[in-house]
Amino acid sequence: MAPLHQYLLLSALLFGIGLAGVLTRRNGLITLMGIELMLNAANLNFIAFWRHSPNPEAIEGVLLTMFAIGVAAAEVAVGLALVIAIYRRYRSVNLDEVDQLKG
Amino acid sequence: MIEKLASLLVLVPVLPLLAAAAIAVTKRPHRQRASTLAIGAMGLSCLIAVSAFLAIAGAPEERLVRNFDWLHIGNTTIQLGWMLDPLSAAMAAMVSFVGLLIFIFSKGYMAHDENYTRFFGFLALFGAAMLGLVIANSLLLLFICWELVGLASYLLIGFWFHKPEAAAAAKKAFITTRVGDMGLLLGMVWLHAATGTLTFYTEGGEGCLQAGALDSLGAAGLTARLIAPATLIALLLFCGAAGKSGQVPLHVWLPDAMEGPTPVSALIHAATMVAAGVFLMARVFPLLEVGAAMHGESHSVVTPALTVITWVGAFTALFAAFIAVAQNDIKRILAYSTVSQLGYMFLGLGAGGVAVGMFHLLTHAFFKALLFLGAGSVIHGCHEEQDIRYMGGVRRWMPVTFATYAVGMMALSGVPLFFSGFWSKDEILHAAHGWPVSHIPFLMGSLGAVLTAFYMTRQVCYVFFGPQRSREGADHGKAAHPHESPRVMTMPLVILATFAVGLGIFGTPAWPWAQSFLEGEHAHLAFGHLFSGEVLAVMGTSLVCVAFGIGAGWWFYGRQPISSAARPDALEERFTPVFVALKNRLYVDELYEATVIRFNALAARFFDVVDRWILGGAVAVIGYLVVGFAWIGRFLEDHGVNAGFDLGCRGIRRGAGAGAALQDGRVHNYLRALGIGFATLLLLMTWGCH
Amino acid sequence: MGFVFPLIATLTVLGAVGAMSFRKSIHAALSLVVALLGIAVTYLGLGAEFIALVQVLVYVGAVAILVVFVMQLTRSEGGQGEGMAVRPAALGVGTAGLVCGGLISCVVLLPDFRTPWPEKADVGLARLGEALTGDYVVALEGIGLLLTVAIIGAVLIALKRPNKEETPE
Repeated sequence: MAPLHQYLLLSALLFGIGLAGVLTRRNGLITLMGIELMLNAANLNFIAFWRHSPNPEAIEGVLLTMFAIGVAAAEVAVGLALVIAIYRRYRSVNLDEVDQLKG
Repeated sequence: MIEKLASLLVLVPVLPLLAAAAIAVTKRPHRQRASTLAIGAMGLSCLIAVSAFLAIAGAPEERLVRNFDWLHIGNTTIQLGWMLDPLSAAMAAMVSFVGLLIFIFSKGYMAHDENYTRFFGFLALFGAAMLGLVIANSLLLLFICWELVGLASYLLIGFWFHKPEAAAAAKKAFITTRVGDMGLLLGMVWLHAATGTLTFYTEGGEGCLQAGALDSLGAAGLTARLIAPATLIALLLFCGAAGKSGQVPLHVWLPDAMEGPTPVSALIHAATMVAAGVFLMARVFPLLEVGAAMHGESHSVVTPALTVITWVGAFTALFAAFIAVAQNDIKRILAYSTVSQLGYMFLGLGAGGVAVGMFHLLTHAFFKALLFLGAGSVIHGCHEEQDIRYMGGVRRWMPVTFATYAVGMMALSGVPLFFSGFWSKDEILHAAHGWPVSHIPFLMGSLGAVLTAFYMTRQVCYVFFGPQRSREGADHGKAAHPHESPRVMTMPLVILATFAVGLGIFGTPAWPWAQSFLEGEHAHLAFGHLFSGEVLAVMGTSLVCVAFGIGAGWWFYGRQPISSAARPDALEERFTPVFVALKNRLYVDELYEATVIRFNALAARFFDVVDRWILGGAVAVIGYLVVGFAWIGRFLEDHGVNAGFDLGCRGIRRGAGAGAALQDGRVHNYLRALGIGFATLLLLMTWGCH
Repeated sequence: MGFVFPLIATLTVLGAVGAMSFRKSIHAALSLVVALLGIAVTYLGLGAEFIALVQVLVYVGAVAILVVFVMQLTRSEGGQGEGMAVRPAALGVGTAGLVCGGLISCVVLLPDFRTPWPEKADVGLARLGEALTGDYVVALEGIGLLLTVAIIGAVLIALKRPNKEETPE
């Protein structure tokens, strides 16, 4: 097994890649995927910390990850629905064209 | 019983006050309700006052006080309260009784007046204030009521305010009495400073009229090394009294006050309010006596303050009597007579003490109210005619009025034995005769008595005898006859006439009940007094005076009937310059016009000039300076502050534009900013922990 | 066994990079599946077998499939002109790099993360079940409710509303 910091580095990399995707891609779907990647990076952190905590008997880390996955699932459902709705309205999933989110 | 009555005494002023409040919200057409309220409240007050009077009549040495804390200012507590003692009981009974009769009389007299409701509201307010004044146990409460009385007087004199004379008279009355009230206020403040209280009597003996305060006042050093403070305070209070009671030189308002409705003249300017000055002096008499030196066997006290009061009273008595001789307005004659009688009261008070002055006050209240109401009845009967030259022969048509008026006239003149005025005036002359300082007031009083008898005879001759001389009378037969007044007006006259006669027996030298009562003693019957040499001598003098006065009056006016109004006065034919001077009221008003008022006007003009050119100039200069500064300020503002501000605004706007550009609605930009922020936080955290 | 983690990690990172950079959406989606599978294997390595299973089921099974479906629905296959202009893209990569660098510097510089392995803990499925139906039942129900609401919401959002079918062309 690898030491904790290697998992953390992996997680950091995944998070960075996800963020880069979110920031650079204009496709709403790809953006959503980037967000999923970032979430997974966070989940990976939870599990890694759980596994390396002084008290591995506690199962809170696992439970938290489970709930996070549940929330992520819900978020994906809503996010995809939004993508569909946006597509309906703008005939596009290009986020640059959806610039009405301003005051 | 008496304790309970003392507690109830507060209702005496409160009931009319409530009535006044109720009438104030009564609509004008509800005439009946207004008069019923006022008369009913006054009747109840009268009932309580008379029972209190009867209760204390059996125990004249009592003095029951009811005080309550009114205000706390710092460590000072100001008490108000009322008291039941012979003086307040007698005054309350008199005021409420005479007031009640006058209220009833007004119901007839004012029956046709449009503002009947308002009239009764004012009357009730006056009654409340006057009754509060007489039962007050604190100079402050007395002063409050005093001013309320003045206000009611102002309102009632100016009741027919659409008449310019009435409005002017109301103003004159208010302003003139205000001059005196200034003195009263100063005296009050000084008294409070000197004794620390304005309550007259307390059960603990801390009142300002009780031994402790008076001793400290008497022991105080002289003011400006000349006069004792007690004397000055007393004189200041006397200023107020003189203003209210129409003493020379503040008497000018009282004759003019006759512009008000006649019942008002009777109630306020004859029987009650004008007597308030005398009452005030009687109330604070212990203060006047501070530092008194007893003189021999005579029980009169002499202090500087009392000496001043005596002289002012004597002078006023004579002075006003002179003027009354030459007046033609029926009410004006009575007004000057009132001034003169008030002078007698002060004379009696100063020379003989409380009882002498107050007894005359009480008897005078009844017969002067009677005379005024009688005059009102005559005026009413003669169709609002007030000039005695145009009356004449009224006796035939108004028998009740004539009979009662005659009683009043004889009481006022001091016809011996059967009329109260004789006894009370005799008492005053007696006191003046025994005054150790000087005999001149006695002579002035005696001469005044002659004149009183004379002018009353003149008036009666003019009004009730001779042929009718109404203004339309030139065309014979066309003039409407005078008519007798309704019963609601004559009944009060009869009752008052009864008292004008009957009151005298309470104050004869043989049985000086009233005097003893007012001094808080029990009276003893002693016929011997009646026949002591001095008493007989004084009685003889006054008898001669009255006989001479009436005889002279009859000689001039009664002997031959006065045939026409145009005929000059009998006296005028003989002593033209004197008579004209008297007719013009000795030019006092003109004197005031030429001195005080002109000085006032000059001062006003002077201050106008000062104000306009000096102060106004200064203000204008300051104004220009300010404008100049403002101009400089504006310049600086425009080119300095505003420019800077504009610059700042522009910068902010540019910045805001940049900020707004950030909010371009692109999710990516938001996220980018978020990412940068997050990274910054991370770096900070890392380096912070490291 | 020392080489397993670096291998899996490399695969995962490559998959992630592919998911974020392929021009064609479908390639990106498939690449994402690789990354997600890699994470699942990492979970296995960390001894969280149940979570690994959930990961495969939810992400690989459900999310990836959903993404593909939506891709089909919106016909967003991507292609030419899909990418950003150079400057915004560089900005985005820079920002992401900054964040990533921050995180890495955190991990590298802070000493706490170099802890040794503790004893191997065995989290049985039974214990997880007890915890979920015991102490955490409310949270479980909450997640259930959230998912239900999210699905209803998703349906409502994605529902075709004829009267509001106005597209700003």
